[in-house]
Amino acid sequence: METLGHLAHGFAVAFSPTNLLWCLLGTTLGTAIGVLPGLGPALTIALLLPITYQVAPEASFILFAGIYYGAMYGGSTTSILLNTPGESATIVTALEGNKMARSGRGGAALATSAIGSFVAGTIGTLGVAFLAPVVVKFALAFGPAEYFSLMVLAFITVSAVLGSSSVRGLTSLFAGFVIGMIGVDLQTGQPRFTFGMTELLDGVDVIIAAVGLFAVGETLYMASRRYAGKDEIVPLRGSLYMTAAEWGRSWKAWLRGAAIGFPIGAMPAGGAEIPTFLSYAIEKKLSKHKEEFGTVGAIEGVAGPEAANNASAAGVLVPMLTLGLPTSATAAIMLSAFQSYGINPGPLLLTTQANLVWGLIASLFIANVILVILNLPLIGLWVRLLKIPAPQLYAGILVFATVGTYGISQSPIDLVILYLLGAAGFLMRRFDFPTAPVIIGMILGPLAETQFRRAMTISNGDWSVFYKHPLSLTLLTLAFIGLVGPHIWAFIEHRRRRGPEHVPGDA
Amino acid sequence: MLNRRRFLMSTAAAGAAGLTGLNLTPAFAEGAPQIQVFVPAAPGGGWDQTARTMDQVLRSEKLISGSQITNVGGAGGTVGLPQFISQWNGKGNSLMVAGMVMVGAIIANKAANNLTQVTPIARLTGEFEALVVPADSPFKTAADFVAALKADPTKVPVAGGSAGGSDHILFGLIAKTVGVPAPSLSYVPFAGGGEALSALLGNQVAAGISGFGEFSEQVKAGALRLLAISADKRQDGIDAPTLKEAGIDVELFNWRGVFAPPGVSDADKAAMIALVETMAKSDAWAAECKNRNWTPILLTGDDYAKFVTEDSARIEAILKDLGLA
Repeated sequence: METLGHLAHGFAVAFSPTNLLWCLLGTTLGTAIGVLPGLGPALTIALLLPITYQVAPEASFILFAGIYYGAMYGGSTTSILLNTPGESATIVTALEGNKMARSGRGGAALATSAIGSFVAGTIGTLGVAFLAPVVVKFALAFGPAEYFSLMVLAFITVSAVLGSSSVRGLTSLFAGFVIGMIGVDLQTGQPRFTFGMTELLDGVDVIIAAVGLFAVGETLYMASRRYAGKDEIVPLRGSLYMTAAEWGRSWKAWLRGAAIGFPIGAMPAGGAEIPTFLSYAIEKKLSKHKEEFGTVGAIEGVAGPEAANNASAAGVLVPMLTLGLPTSATAAIMLSAFQSYGINPGPLLLTTQANLVWGLIASLFIANVILVILNLPLIGLWVRLLKIPAPQLYAGILVFATVGTYGISQSPIDLVILYLLGAAGFLMRRFDFPTAPVIIGMILGPLAETQFRRAMTISNGDWSVFYKHPLSLTLLTLAFIGLVGPHIWAFIEHRRRRGPEHVPGDA
Repeated sequence: MLNRRRFLMSTAAAGAAGLTGLNLTPAFAEGAPQIQVFVPAAPGGGWDQTARTMDQVLRSEKLISGSQITNVGGAGGTVGLPQFISQWNGKGNSLMVAGMVMVGAIIANKAANNLTQVTPIARLTGEFEALVVPADSPFKTAADFVAALKADPTKVPVAGGSAGGSDHILFGLIAKTVGVPAPSLSYVPFAGGGEALSALLGNQVAAGISGFGEFSEQVKAGALRLLAISADKRQDGIDAPTLKEAGIDVELFNWRGVFAPPGVSDADKAAMIALVETMAKSDAWAAECKNRNWTPILLTGDDYAKFVTEDSARIEAILKDLGLA
């Protein structure tokens, strides 16, 4: 009840005309930067930090929160339409979303991602308002051993994107591990696979890899098949928005996505990518339309990961507002904005700055509403992009990918990497290697390695940490079930179906 | 029609991307110079905040008409440094923000360029580090911590920032001073302050070392216990001894300062030192430092150059002990 009172007060703060205007500005700006690969919310907020010298704290945090949520919405648009993910959390969206766009259901993919983002964003924000103290306790129980086990569980998801051949899929995955290892090793400070180049010390940005492999690789492949194939893009088939059947397939995926995304987002090292992988794997496993995955595009494969991504964005705010822990780049920059007002973010923030925190939470609800209103009508416009003739469209994608990549850090080396990976993506496509496992390997490989080595440093080389911690053991058990469960299930099914006709000795 | 609208949108987007490189601030004081500030890190970090706070204070004090901030991030500043040395050579109205982190990165990355190639102007601020333990830790004082470390360093995992950074360096210096061999230390590096903090709050590690500001609120709330700070003397409002008072003869500031490019004239150098000195002595600067937990430790010109050389030698020695250089 106390929370409701605070929240009502927060809405009173957020509903002032100027603050609403800041919210509108933030969400619009956020959507725009989310669309452009490279220009993420962290960088945008960092560039806007000087605004804190001019306006009241409530106004600037409402603006920043709008940018943060807006970027999560905008990132999916280019993933779906152009196969060019704007944010690392929307890489999975591109897998099914782009397939849907090519087969004329781009409008539905955009709609399920916008409405799913709204649903999950609202659930996540409710979670921030009402569950924060509980969730944060659970999140802090995660140490390096637990994170490693979570990564093991996430690796199971790779099987969902391996494609037709496990050998080819695993080859891609290991290529991803190698690319992910480039740079300074966090545990020892030593450079790995950098070939003496200073520019490689910070590693290869996962966005650049995704844009290179997906967008540039795809473009080169299309150019090479221009006169041979007839892999046409159908701009629109059926209604612009979702059909009743598509609604029916989406809503459960949204809820599952939100349930996965929020708690993992709240974990200090959870991140936004892992919940999207997990959600994708679950949706693929549960779907009644498995044949659509990877062919014409399955709507569950867009709805789930998009919801997971937005719920995790809300989850990130839990440790930030309750403990003052910045667990993502964007949260860290928002905390430094607190400092320029002389507010020290910490466990006492909720009591000492109640106005600010509850105003911020209320504005997140408003931002969600504004975003869905802003994004739904835009779908009609976006979908028309696909009517552009293929040569012009693909040329546009190349320009877009290049500008966006250069925007990340204004480094020419990044462009070289982009086109090298683009060439690799082309060859992989040509010889039928899946590209998604490369990205998953790049993200999960280094995370798993870091957490494993941290766990071993803390335990002084004792392996038992992984099965003596109950949470870690639970996660490993789940991973084991995920790995062998389907085989056992298939075996039982097989026996049951064939059993009566082929009783041993009966043949 | 559609193509044109699309084109306009992407042009606007490209314009937004271009803005990340330069951040022009409006000029409003007449006659004052315009300066250029090079930040060898991405927007948002400590160096970037130093640059933007300098810009703010310099303009409000009417010392400059405006400044242009350029960010070239990567590898602890060692990606930006060569650019500053070659492309900004001789530009008398320019400054680069750098600090102890860059000294460490130059040594650990075996970079081709170093800070002797640029012109030291002033050391501005420092953040002292803190040694903390979770609230229910058996260690009540720094002496308890040292005793456990001496007994078996492998049983005392300590969390902090990246390997070879200021937190790791301080841990190495503490161990060296109390006679514990550096290679036996159990240091658990985390990418950011938040992650290290959550490992402490979740009782995953025995102790933590990081900038005091990272821990101060948790200490105030009673979630962490502050054992000692690495400042030169006791600080107002902080109820903990310095490492020296606790019997560990170590002092460390994660300092930040400004450098001019190589090849600037003596007159330009003197003017720049005067400008930065005036700023650092203003009330507005003092207020910003207080807000951000920065300790003002002003040191200019030749004294600063001497300090950079000495600190580089000290850091190189400890990184060698830790096996990182």
